[in-house]
Amino acid sequence: MSIKTKIQAFKEDLDFFEDELQKYEFIIDLGKKLKPFDEKLQIDKNLVQGCTSQVWLVCEKKEDKLYFYGTSDAIIVKGLVYMILEIFSDATIEELNAIDMDIIKELNLSEVITPNRQSGLTGMIKKIKTYANEYKEMR
Amino acid sequence: MFKNDFPYFNNSKVVYLDNAATTQKPQVVIDAQVEYYTHYCANTHRSSFSDANKATQQYENARTTLKNFINASKNEEIIFTKGVTESINFVASSFAKKFDTIIISSLEHHSNIVPWHMQGRVLNKGLEVVKCTPNLEFDFEDFERLLQQHKNAFVSITHISNAFGTIHNIKAIIQLAHKYHTPVLIDGAQSLSHMPIDVQDLDADFFAISGHKTFGPTGVGALYVKEKYLKELAPYQTGGATIQSVDYLGSVLLDSPYAFEAGTQNIAGVIGFAQALEYLNHLGYDSIQKAEKQWYEYLDAQLHTIEDIVFYNTTHHAIGSRSFNIKGIIHDDIGILLDKMNIAVRVGHHCAQPIMKALNIKGTIRVSLAFYNDKKDIDAFINALKKAISLLKG
Repeated sequence: MSIKTKIQAFKEDLDFFEDELQKYEFIIDLGKKLKPFDEKLQIDKNLVQGCTSQVWLVCEKKEDKLYFYGTSDAIIVKGLVYMILEIFSDATIEELNAIDMDIIKELNLSEVITPNRQSGLTGMIKKIKTYANEYKEMR
Repeated sequence: MFKNDFPYFNNSKVVYLDNAATTQKPQVVIDAQVEYYTHYCANTHRSSFSDANKATQQYENARTTLKNFINASKNEEIIFTKGVTESINFVASSFAKKFDTIIISSLEHHSNIVPWHMQGRVLNKGLEVVKCTPNLEFDFEDFERLLQQHKNAFVSITHISNAFGTIHNIKAIIQLAHKYHTPVLIDGAQSLSHMPIDVQDLDADFFAISGHKTFGPTGVGALYVKEKYLKELAPYQTGGATIQSVDYLGSVLLDSPYAFEAGTQNIAGVIGFAQALEYLNHLGYDSIQKAEKQWYEYLDAQLHTIEDIVFYNTTHHAIGSRSFNIKGIIHDDIGILLDKMNIAVRVGHHCAQPIMKALNIKGTIRVSLAFYNDKKDIDAFINALKKAISLLKG
């Protein structure tokens, strides 16, 4: 599944709820699906810049694709992290390097997420792109 | 009942519980500002045509209103400012500069910390912090020890903690400081919305006042300066309307308060602020405190029914604000969900990071009441809080 298709799927899920509180309930439930994240990886190097709460994000390369793992100390943010990991994992380095999007707009979350959180989401994308770029340069 | 006086409550569906950040404004305050802008908008203390005279008169009447409200002895002791932040910055960069040590409490907000840092004062190097007890109460023994150690000191202390609602016994603080000939500034940002202030009875040397936290307009406040210190007080900014004469050889400044109110003032704001004080006079602090006490106690009782709630102080010697956390949940998560349920509270460090760090927390959820809040507000908040917790823990 391409990044675009995965974004579209989440967008449809989110748009299904007219009530903002229900949207949050959906996001909170997504957070519960996050795989356990090793506490040893919860270090400054893996922190995402721009988040009000703490978000850690790491990356693993399998063959020519990148896979992301992460978590947050905030429950709602965990749901956002889950979406980001799902959307951008299993993509090639080329695909990730080519990302040029406003994720908040793509997911139609600008009304739901406060400006502070929006910069956190943007920070997650930046971190993903940094990882993709590092792998590109390693080649 | 009181809400009818405040148009905000007719226009917004929000349950407003963020009064320590700013209070809502009664219609009379809004009307007074509209009246100035629509009927006699002119600059004060300069021109002498009829509307300018009226504006000056109303502005000076406001000074008298505030003087009487806090029982200052003279109008000269009342200097209008942008608010508490400017009042403290003024004293910090003027009168207090000469002191070797500034003594503050553990519960200060950033407005009474950062101005001192800007002078290069840090802990044990020009800045001392009085300890507090585990219930966040002022440690008088520690205070006296600091006063004994630092002979050339200036005390700058908040009256009521914005984050926790703790009330400092400022009369006793001032008395003790004066025993050591140390002058005292009281940060009264949270005071006037909750309790009457008598600067003569308190024997305060400086008292910083907020307009917008006292049901007045934003961008206006005041600094009370005890008469005996007026001569020693240098302006920290100068300009129009502060001078008696100017030529290229120098300027001769006017006396207080004019020497300290440089440039065109927030005229509408000052006039509006006076109306807020008149409104409080009309209601009387007895009925304000009766209403507030009832709902503060009710709020506390309701919060105690919530599982895993963590408080940092009791309501003993506290007013207005109640701060807490829920075990296992970051305050931000609760704040987001409360907002979606139209409940306005503040979550975070409340511009008081040092005390948050001392408590080893990043912040709290703070409910802050004003006299117009009622049972319905608190019930709506408690229900929303329970719902948020169940969503987050569910």
